Amino acid sequence: MIDIQFLTVVILISVGISTLVFKKNIIKIVMGIEIISSSINLFLISLGYREGSVAPIFTNAPSVKMVLPTPQALTLTNIVIDLAITALMLSLAVLIYNYYGTLSMKKWRLVERCS
Amino acid sequence: MKMARVVTLALFFVFLLITSLAMRPFGKPSNTGMDDYFIQNGQAQTGSNNIVTSVVFDYRGMDTLGEATVLFAAASGVLLIFQRAVTGGKHE
Amino acid sequence: MNDVSLIVKVVAYILIVPVFIFGSYVILHGHLSPGGGFAGGAILATLVAMLVITFRDDFKENPHEIFSILECIGMIFFILLAFFGLSSSFFHNFLVNLNGLFGKPVHFGVNPGYLNTAGVIPLMNMAVGIEVFSALSLIVLMLSMRYGGERK
Repeated sequence: MIDIQFLTVVILISVGISTLVFKKNIIKIVMGIEIISSSINLFLISLGYREGSVAPIFTNAPSVKMVLPTPQALTLTNIVIDLAITALMLSLAVLIYNYYGTLSMKKWRLVERCS
Repeated sequence: MKMARVVTLALFFVFLLITSLAMRPFGKPSNTGMDDYFIQNGQAQTGSNNIVTSVVFDYRGMDTLGEATVLFAAASGVLLIFQRAVTGGKHE
Repeated sequence: MNDVSLIVKVVAYILIVPVFIFGSYVILHGHLSPGGGFAGGAILATLVAMLVITFRDDFKENPHEIFSILECIGMIFFILLAFFGLSSSFFHNFLVNLNGLFGKPVHFGVNPGYLNTAGVIPLMNMAVGIEVFSALSLIVLMLSMRYGGERK
């Protein structure tokens, strides 16, 4: 029996990796990496869930049965590092567009410029 | 060439499906000793009501230090890339 | 190129104070409610993004140096707070349960939330909030600027 959460993670990772393999545009590759990172977030959060629990915050909590706090902390780390690498990738995309005049990987003609 | 990519991706998809079939059922985590310790003792040891914050800033502070360093390095990299455009190319 | 309409400018003027107060609330209550330094810093950075979109044509020069200085201040403050607990270990919580600053003891169980708790965690939340706010503002400012380089 497969759960719908893990099936969603599998489908999202497949979509992201097929984007990385088949697309030639830089912006679409960045979008593929974003999809993979979001699916990893969903995987970590669904790993830490416990049935019938509340969020691990004691301020006016309805009960003291709580979900696991460590995957949520790791998800926070993943979100920030994802944001950092996205900013760097988009900056490099701006540099590439200013140098080559296009964002497509097929039209770069790297050999011609380097020789 | 494109056929090889399609076959590789299909094999990877089947591998992920088999892996997710072998996962434990959703909502029943197996080894919860560390997290139960955090929930039981986090309030008395760190004084914070939010257990996620106490994990991020106290129990796993080294993680947060590396995370802040990565963000700092990314901002420095973006500043380095666009510095020439800001100063108009006449940077001393 | 000054084609930002009056409605956008007036709404931006109105939204400055509520967004700033909401971000500061999320940072300062990071140990009692959902949020913390990262989320509050991101909320404050959306304020800078809004100001950049609205008033970009009024800037004479790019104000990125103040954000660089703030980022360094937040980072140094965070590392210093980690070093202050070095009498026991790195990242030791040296203010908790001392009845001093942020030192009210808390016992296990549901409570309504007291602001004067959690030791060094609120100070670290402020440091990380300043650092994330400045880093995101720097990235937004740099990416939203008109690039003056020649294209080939």
